[in-house]
Amino acid sequence: MTTTLFRTGSGGLIDRSRPLRFTFDGKSYSGLQGDTLASALLANGVHLVGRSFKYHRPRGIMGIGADEPNALVGVRRDDARYTPNLLATQVELYDGLDAVSQNRHPSLENDRMAVNDRLLSRFIPAGFYYKTFMWPHKAWDRLYEPRIRAAAGLGVAPDKPDPDSYTQRYAHCDVLVIGAGPAGITAAMEAATADARVILCDDRAAMGGSLLSAASVTIAGKDSSVWLDESLAALARMPNVTLLSRTIAFGYYPHNWIGLTERLTDHLAVMPAGRPRERLWQVRAKEVVIAAGAIERPLVFPGNDRPGIMLADAARTYLQQYGVSVGRRVAIVAAHDSAYRAAHELRAAGIAVVVIADIRSRPAVANPPDCAGTRILSDASIEGTTGKLRVTSITLSAGSKRETFACDTVLMAGGFTPSVHLFSQSRGKLAWDPELQAYLPGQSAEAERSAGACRGRFALEEALADGMEAGRAAARSAGFATGVEVHGPAVTVSHPIGEGGHIGATSSSKGAKDKAFVDWQNDVTANDILLAAREGFISIEHVKRYTTTGMATDQGKLSNINALGIVSEATGRTIPEIGLTTFRAPYTPITFGSLAGRARGDLFDPARVTAFNDWAIEQGAVFENVRNWKRAHYFPRPGEDMHAAVARECLQVRKSVGIFDASTLGKIEVVGPDAAEFLNRFYVNAWTKLGVGKCRYGVLLREDGFILDDGVVGRLAPDRFHVTTTTGGAARVLNMMEDYLQTEWPDLRVWLTSTTEQWSVIAVQGPNAREVLSPLIEGLDVSAEAFPHMSIADAQMCGVPMRLMRVSFTGELGFEVNVPSGYGAMVWQAIWERGKLYDMVPYGTETMHVLRAEKGFIIVGQETDGTVTPDDVGLAWAIGKAKPDFVGKRSLARPALAASNRKQLVGLLTRNPQIALEEGAQIVSPSAPGTSIGHVTSSYHSSVLKKSIALALVRGGRARIGQILHVSMPGGSIPVGVVAPVFFDPEGKRINV
Amino acid sequence: MQRFSALALLRHGLGRHQGWKPQWRNAAPKPSYDAIIVGGGGHGLGAAYYLAKVYGIRNVAVVEKGWIGGGNTGRNTTIIRSNYLFEESAALYDHALKLWEGLSQELNYNVMFSQRGVMMLAHNIHDIQVFKRHVHANRINGVDNEWLTAEQAKDYCPPLNIDPNVRYPVLGAALQRRGGTARHDAVAWGYARAADALGVDIIENCEVAGIRRDMAGAVAGVETSRGFIASKRVGVSAAGHTSVVLDMAHVRLPLESFPLQALVSEPVKPVFPCVVMSNTIHAYLSQSDKGELVIGAGTDVYTSYTQRGGLHIATHTLEAICELFPRFRRMRMLRNWGGIVDVTPDRSPIIAKTPVTGLYVNCGWGTGGFKATPGAAHLFAHTIARDEPHPINAPFTIERFRDGYLIDEAAAAAVAH
Amino acid sequence: MLIIRCPYCGERPELEFAYGGQAHIARPLQPSDQNDEDWNVYLNLRANPKGWHSERWRHIHGCARFFNAVRDTRTDHFLATYKMGEPAPEVPST
Repeated sequence: MTTTLFRTGSGGLIDRSRPLRFTFDGKSYSGLQGDTLASALLANGVHLVGRSFKYHRPRGIMGIGADEPNALVGVRRDDARYTPNLLATQVELYDGLDAVSQNRHPSLENDRMAVNDRLLSRFIPAGFYYKTFMWPHKAWDRLYEPRIRAAAGLGVAPDKPDPDSYTQRYAHCDVLVIGAGPAGITAAMEAATADARVILCDDRAAMGGSLLSAASVTIAGKDSSVWLDESLAALARMPNVTLLSRTIAFGYYPHNWIGLTERLTDHLAVMPAGRPRERLWQVRAKEVVIAAGAIERPLVFPGNDRPGIMLADAARTYLQQYGVSVGRRVAIVAAHDSAYRAAHELRAAGIAVVVIADIRSRPAVANPPDCAGTRILSDASIEGTTGKLRVTSITLSAGSKRETFACDTVLMAGGFTPSVHLFSQSRGKLAWDPELQAYLPGQSAEAERSAGACRGRFALEEALADGMEAGRAAARSAGFATGVEVHGPAVTVSHPIGEGGHIGATSSSKGAKDKAFVDWQNDVTANDILLAAREGFISIEHVKRYTTTGMATDQGKLSNINALGIVSEATGRTIPEIGLTTFRAPYTPITFGSLAGRARGDLFDPARVTAFNDWAIEQGAVFENVRNWKRAHYFPRPGEDMHAAVARECLQVRKSVGIFDASTLGKIEVVGPDAAEFLNRFYVNAWTKLGVGKCRYGVLLREDGFILDDGVVGRLAPDRFHVTTTTGGAARVLNMMEDYLQTEWPDLRVWLTSTTEQWSVIAVQGPNAREVLSPLIEGLDVSAEAFPHMSIADAQMCGVPMRLMRVSFTGELGFEVNVPSGYGAMVWQAIWERGKLYDMVPYGTETMHVLRAEKGFIIVGQETDGTVTPDDVGLAWAIGKAKPDFVGKRSLARPALAASNRKQLVGLLTRNPQIALEEGAQIVSPSAPGTSIGHVTSSYHSSVLKKSIALALVRGGRARIGQILHVSMPGGSIPVGVVAPVFFDPEGKRINV
Repeated sequence: MQRFSALALLRHGLGRHQGWKPQWRNAAPKPSYDAIIVGGGGHGLGAAYYLAKVYGIRNVAVVEKGWIGGGNTGRNTTIIRSNYLFEESAALYDHALKLWEGLSQELNYNVMFSQRGVMMLAHNIHDIQVFKRHVHANRINGVDNEWLTAEQAKDYCPPLNIDPNVRYPVLGAALQRRGGTARHDAVAWGYARAADALGVDIIENCEVAGIRRDMAGAVAGVETSRGFIASKRVGVSAAGHTSVVLDMAHVRLPLESFPLQALVSEPVKPVFPCVVMSNTIHAYLSQSDKGELVIGAGTDVYTSYTQRGGLHIATHTLEAICELFPRFRRMRMLRNWGGIVDVTPDRSPIIAKTPVTGLYVNCGWGTGGFKATPGAAHLFAHTIARDEPHPINAPFTIERFRDGYLIDEAAAAAVAH
Repeated sequence: MLIIRCPYCGERPELEFAYGGQAHIARPLQPSDQNDEDWNVYLNLRANPKGWHSERWRHIHGCARFFNAVRDTRTDHFLATYKMGEPAPEVPST
């Protein structure tokens, strides 16, 4: 194990008493509790952690947090828990952590693809792939693209199902504060003191933001760390405050709906059993305070990507927060005064700062560091760097003098970019601040306000005061009284952050030999952006898409503003004239699993089951999904396949009797003095004359004239109807009924109640159906005379209330027994026992389909497809001819629907009765085999008829009865005879017994 | 036009790429044109290209309110297929697919059309019936589409979970091998460059504020943020904003505009070889050349021009993705965005003349416009040039909604029973 | 996810509601008297403004009632929601 040579002797927020072992690319290292993977690697002197996307250049850790472009690693807990593309700056160290670098072959030190950088890069600038790989014609798919794909990508996707679980939580609060830095903490404190319910979230493990790395700072007379601890403790004690660390606010959605994800276990060495890995919070906040801070900006100069080149304030933070020296000999390139603060603090820790090269003519900061050993250059130009796997020198020029400084680290202090991502996501308007040279939050679109560095209040004192004001304002807007105006706490700072900054490429980038990177992760250089501008891509969105700058996993947190600066210079337009690319959610990448949450397996889309589900399972039923219902498809006996089971079930229903679960059909109780009138207007049929105790088959159209649904409607009383719908159509039909009732015909006194779940429905069908049921029925004569086909009545069965319908979807004598669902299983069992005397079979949906097809009954969704009228499927008889209107009637008169050559329902019989047609097969005329004139809608082997039967929609079909047509199949066509669509008992004798 | 080729790259590489010219001119509007296309997406730029190339009308302007390709062209999941049910649709989309197959060469711009195959999953018996009907209908219409068993589907797409014991098992799939994806931005830029080379003016940052008509009511030109531009022929190809533009000519179309979302994951090494669509559980997935998993989400329920939607739409989609591909559960969403799709009552497009002489419209593509880009562009150009539709787009009229001649692909897949 | 104020129940999340399309479209009293053009207007033509839009929502997983709303389709912010039968509110001119 390597010793951690770069750990300072004291300081930092790590726990020096708790060493942790970890491996990186198989090599073992030691870190400390409180480290991130990045800080632990740096403590071991490891800067080289990855290879770049395109050129495979060696890359080191550059930043400290979510903005890190280079240090992407894969972390493997076990075989199934591999996560690619994690930022080493965000991965918290735990004992035994196993991380690997990505996008290199065979190793990080020797990457074969680095040839891209050395030899090819000149020929593969931005967008090169649009200009080549077009010849020969077919080579793109087969040759070029597979190679490009293999080269692209970063990490490797997991190859096993993720065993972890994820959970979700919805929350409401008065004030959501995003970011627990100085401004966020004071905002939360102020809002909470006013009694508002506050949620304060921060993406880091520890709250405090920049205060975690503050050195020699006092707030309200206390050391800043003491103030921070006391403030957080005070917030934690308040019952109206929820503190969420390791929680990133990733998305700002309409109406103050904010998405957060909380990381629960990734930082633990041992995963607690059953604990979710992440929690998605969806927060509806009355008011939001965004205190997201700022992102340090790199400088664009030649060779600015060697390992050891990093952001200056990040380096300072590694020192103060983790006790890590990022190097021994440091050069700083600066466009912002913060460089001097970093220099001071690094020197105080004993690190040599060999040079500060300020590209400005005169730093605004008053106190440059004690000059012993540190050269300070102004008007400096950064000519380049050297070093293979780590920077070894930097060449600078100032005036006419050009000098090379040996160093192992180069720090970039390019200034700070306010983090306006969430504000922009909320659709607030950004405003360019020429003074600060930054986009700042302007006019809000939601109930939010920004505070602190994210709106350009960089100085600590300002940020604290700004947070207080924002917290108070948010509480007031949420309806809470706030006390008298108070001022922010007094602050002393030994080295203020200062000002300055640079946007775009530095002067030396032009014409330089080495690449000057703008977007490190996507390998976009300043020259790439200039090339794009040269080729006419001058809209910033075009520049982004052509060069891919800002499109990597960091989503341009470091690169966007510099890209903007380069385009600005190249096109002679100001930055606000060029505009910005859109900030899109999520702020940082969010695990799919956390967004999917608990909705997996059985909970993905909970299945609806009927009261007879357990019984059917016991009987060995095979199920099918129909919408979100589970329906018994068939009931195979040992050794039977579907075909055999269905053949047996069909025969037995026609011979004796069968029992079928019809509970999934939709049921709506339509009640009120105007119920009949309502149905008259709604269904195509006429209902006024339907007698009490009688049923009628109803057809429902959409207003555009096409069939939407069907079902039997029974009249229980002059003002009460029992309406049934298809299984899939139940909710749709009820919603449509309510729509017309509430918004078109509010004059009608009608009330609708869905009773689908209330009634269990047992269909008993077959010649012996009456024998099976009648002994169980109380208070109702079900003889053929007293209770003919299409009757309905309320009575009792097995001592419970029953609604009995004499209806048939099989063509046999049939009843549908409706009983309250709670009694369903008991009644089913009673009928089942009784049915044994008649060898009653349970049958499923497949047999139901065959039996109805033998009778030519349509199924909505199978014979119809949303383009079919009642006449098309032979249901014109159902239309109430005398009615002036019903839903869809007017549309039936439109030219297309009234045309004579429409497709019509017919039956088809194959010459060879053993050949069953394929559903969906196309029908052609023998004389025009290339033109479809219809299709097979249903096709079955009929065990009853001992032949195959099919229903079809055929153009002008009814006139073709008696003709021979062809069904086109891949192996040739199958001749079929066109017949009437009723194959069994066309006179309907069997139902009237 | 500077030819693009490997040789050109080599030559320019030696010159440090200083010699490349703008791919299209940053044109300022001329006082008048023979035709104006409103909307600089793939459809509009393509229409201008075909007007110039096929129909010899080169004095053409494309006016775009923002930057070209910035609407749905640059926001979609780039799925390309033509295995539609009705012969009208199949003819339209297959016309496009055939043009896709030669588009890179036609434009001398690599649009990265990748025929990786589009697989549509069947999860229940109704799906099987519907997809088999598609397969049979497509065969008659000369469109490739084949039925795969679940095992064959798994062979074609190894990450697929075909465990029969899941909530919505994969029972089979319809595969169109000629289907695939393309690089959306390149389509806009390729058409822009090729059209520009033929003399077409591409005018960005030029928002149409009015449509001027002459005494007879015919189109006379467009008022724009950059002044009036005269033309007797104006083709509107403005996707989600079609209603807004046509409103200026007092033409009402049966359109509603909805937010449609999509998202991508972080880039990973190749792991997903084709396009998979599951209409039943709402999952649409492919992997881009960059390595991102590209995922189509659904539309929000309400009309909107905000180009964004609710988080619940994206989470619903990811539930389905994680269920179909449990290995992707640890992957992460990198970007989520929205577009505006204009939807007709039958969800099929309109490529037609309008009641106003000289005003033409190409709209109503809903969620499926990208795949039709070259075909729609060509047919729209034909309609404008000849003042009458091409036989392929003749059924896609405005009047079909009045008369009932709907082309309702979605209804044909409707579920009931 | 939008937050929508049901005029009967108060503010609820969008998931409780079903969208009902453009508001204030009355079904013709005598559809059979309509010519094809007029019927087409009723059946198919809907306002699709970029701006204020009068629309129907149904609190389907709540009180189940339909109501009307005015929403800005540029921002998705609601101006008002109101009961069926109540007049539409004055819409800002922008």
